[in-house]
Amino acid sequence: MGIVVFPGSNCDRDMLHVLSDVFKFDAKLFWHQDRLPKNLDAVVLPGGFTYGDRLRAGVIASHSPIISDIKKMAEKGLPVLGVCNGFQILVETGILPGVLLKNDSLQFMCKWTELIVKNNKTPFTNKLKMNQRIAIPIANGEGRYYVDNKTLESLKKNNQIVFQYTEKINGSSDRIAGVCNKEKNVVGMMPHPERASEQLINPKNSGTTSKIFESLMISIGAA
Amino acid sequence: MSLLVQEKEFLQKKIGRKANPTELQIVAAQWSEHCSYKSSKMHLKMLPKQGKKVISEKGLDSGVLDVGDGYVVTVHIESHNHPSAVDPYGGAATGVGGIIRDILSAGTRPIAILDSLRFGNISKDPYAKWLFKNAVRGIADYGNCLGIPTIGGEVEFDNCYKKYALVDVAAIGFGKKNRLIKNNAANGDLVVLIGGLTGRDGIGGSQFASDILQEENRSAVQIPDPFIEKLIIEAILEARNQNCIKAMKDLGGGGLACAISETADTLSVGIQVDVNKIHKREDGLSPAELMTSESQERMLIITDKKKITKLKKICKKFGVPCSVIGHVKKDKMIQVRDNKNKIALLPANVVANAPLLDRHASIPKYLKKIQKEPKIKSPQNLTKILLRMLSNPNLASKTWVYSQYDHEVGIRTVVKPGHDAAVLRLDNKKFLALKIDGNPKHCYVDPKQGAIGCFEEACRNVVCTGATPIGMIDHLQFGNPEDPEIFWTFKKSLEGISDYAKHLKIPCVGGKVSFYNETDNGPIKPTPIIGVLGLIDHAPLVSQKIMKNDLLLIVGQTKNELGGSEYYEYIHGVVGGTCPSVDFIASKLNMKSVLTCIKRGLVNASHDCSNGGLAVAVSELCIKNKIGCSVLIDKIPCKSLALDRILFSESHSRYLLVVTKKNLNTVCNLLSKNNVQFGVIGTFNGSDITFRKKAKIIVNLSVDKGRKNWLRSLEALVSNG
Repeated sequence: MGIVVFPGSNCDRDMLHVLSDVFKFDAKLFWHQDRLPKNLDAVVLPGGFTYGDRLRAGVIASHSPIISDIKKMAEKGLPVLGVCNGFQILVETGILPGVLLKNDSLQFMCKWTELIVKNNKTPFTNKLKMNQRIAIPIANGEGRYYVDNKTLESLKKNNQIVFQYTEKINGSSDRIAGVCNKEKNVVGMMPHPERASEQLINPKNSGTTSKIFESLMISIGAA
Repeated sequence: MSLLVQEKEFLQKKIGRKANPTELQIVAAQWSEHCSYKSSKMHLKMLPKQGKKVISEKGLDSGVLDVGDGYVVTVHIESHNHPSAVDPYGGAATGVGGIIRDILSAGTRPIAILDSLRFGNISKDPYAKWLFKNAVRGIADYGNCLGIPTIGGEVEFDNCYKKYALVDVAAIGFGKKNRLIKNNAANGDLVVLIGGLTGRDGIGGSQFASDILQEENRSAVQIPDPFIEKLIIEAILEARNQNCIKAMKDLGGGGLACAISETADTLSVGIQVDVNKIHKREDGLSPAELMTSESQERMLIITDKKKITKLKKICKKFGVPCSVIGHVKKDKMIQVRDNKNKIALLPANVVANAPLLDRHASIPKYLKKIQKEPKIKSPQNLTKILLRMLSNPNLASKTWVYSQYDHEVGIRTVVKPGHDAAVLRLDNKKFLALKIDGNPKHCYVDPKQGAIGCFEEACRNVVCTGATPIGMIDHLQFGNPEDPEIFWTFKKSLEGISDYAKHLKIPCVGGKVSFYNETDNGPIKPTPIIGVLGLIDHAPLVSQKIMKNDLLLIVGQTKNELGGSEYYEYIHGVVGGTCPSVDFIASKLNMKSVLTCIKRGLVNASHDCSNGGLAVAVSELCIKNKIGCSVLIDKIPCKSLALDRILFSESHSRYLLVVTKKNLNTVCNLLSKNNVQFGVIGTFNGSDITFRKKAKIIVNLSVDKGRKNWLRSLEALVSNG
């Protein structure tokens, strides 16, 4: 399991802790100028402020050398997860559809919220039930997922909406919190599963959110 | 240039000649009040600094506490008041940056930020609103980008901060004890400057901060760049892991001039630098500008010659500029060169140690007048008053503020913002509780008791999470120290803090003094801020949901102490009266007993009773848990007091405890055995907050209505205009 670290990533060590200490994956950090080894089972792009969010969140990191390796993994059908800034990067690379705009509050928002599972056929949701609710926090300034109506229709048709918010939180199209590619192996989400998978730090119930990582275990044949 | 005539003479005598202009600039930066503590240093000695858990080693810019199992916590506090009053966004952001580098320079990773913010009356003053909004955004943008959670703090509005702002930021670090930077240097070691480019921003910043704020001096305000700070953090921690750092110092107030003179003096060595080697933002900077620029995101590192290649490689990996600007010598002199030209040559100990001042102090004339108890007409409808109190921006929910801060990153935040104190988990399975508190309204009425009160309040907040206080930090903010009346308030506050620290055996592990907090509108009220760190060995008290029929206890006595209270000032518009004072014996007893109850698992939730008094504290519990509570005033321990006084007095040493019926007897027995004053005052039930005197209903407020006012009032104030 690989976790990619860009200049300005700041959830990389959190993700490493959750993957290796909580879920016992064999996880490792990779600097953005390194190559990813060929035998990786999955890769995660963590949250943060790559390049200080300059120009537009995620856009500079989407030109890092390591992106070509991530693209190859995506094409091979291996599980790829982008969280928060990682999602923004995946959108900027074109691997995932849509864009992420400033929240309609025009503010950075750090808040615990709830998601509804809309697709449980991805490598990160296969242990969740359809329409199940999970407690999770968001922390972003540019988290408003936007697609035009035509794209939204195609996302719905292809089952690419993975998570929706239960509340109108930031003005996202169709309250979308996370999407996947057509092949369903690449998932991007704005909320932070790594901040919600241990009961100690989850004010609600970490059991359901943990299923995101438990799903990954099944997907790579570790469970 | 801010050197006084007598300071120039002192310097001339010390070095045996007239100093040249560049030398004078260097000395002026270092001898500014901001860098030298010349007015306060001789008094600060009264603070107790030693303790079982305190690690004090030379050259550390932050306090270090041993939290066991080979781990340490570092802590420091600073303000950025003048810059924030001119440029709230940049001033607040760079305030965060500076304190983070202090934590980093000990060799520990910054893991949390707390901020304490004060502005004018935002209900009426659009300028105060502008300062408030932008200071919050500045802190948010900087801290969020670094990935360091902002987990707590306080916000207060008071007319004394008109056209001004107090922006205090505290930071916490965590690391392994054996990785602390040892701070030593030997002849021939290299002096390396890493981080941002040096430019013209912040020139004379430390002197700007050491004078009354009369005109906007934007060039004295530094420009923030959190992205490079993030890269510096990672580069330095990697350099630390590879043993590339012998000594390290943040470049803050006074820039390179202060960093090298303080480092050389502390390590008893000489340092020679060549300003030509500094990486710059622009050409044409004079040597004096280069030495005193306060451009942000820069660190000074002393490294062994053998390690320089490794250090450069690390910096290159992270894209952090890095220049070898000089070397360590034996001569204990500061030598500045521009290529071959000698620009300055001064003894380090002279530059680093400004002549101290013993300022005159005299009791302020205003005190006698305002300590008389004002005549207040008790209002008829106390329900209405409670509702107004809950919408008071000083008491209302601060969700609008902390929801802009990433308080989850780092995945340590167990007790989140919006509670008494924040709690972080540490890698050794222990927990750290943190809170900072200030109370200028109390301190204005009684500087000594007010300061002790802030300290006790911070302790109470930490205790409410089940933590034992292990250390404190103080930030003492006052007006012009040359005014004997202001200096008196400083000395009294410091005395109070020292007395209480000694009584409770809580060492002071860091602090800062900030004077000259004045504008044309006059000086601020005395504003000491106290931060307390508490350690929890096993599990913190994470407040559980309050259930129907749970019982409410109050520990501590409610006294006729409404001077400087929110009730007097916000509702009645009067300043003065008797401010709450701390009874040291009751304070310790109540604290110990509450901690015992919490540690034994007998308490389901606890809450500190402070600003706004008992009625507000009970309402907060009800609002957060969406449940009503019926309180019997007759059960509240107090000497015969008017009803409004019982509800809104801000007496210290009081705690609210929520216990189940099952645990009630055990808790009562324990408190009685310890001779603690307490009362079982209420039962949670229904959807109204009611206070009764015998059968008579005094207050009856629906939780829902209270909640709406409490939750929305601050946000409504900010978003309207």
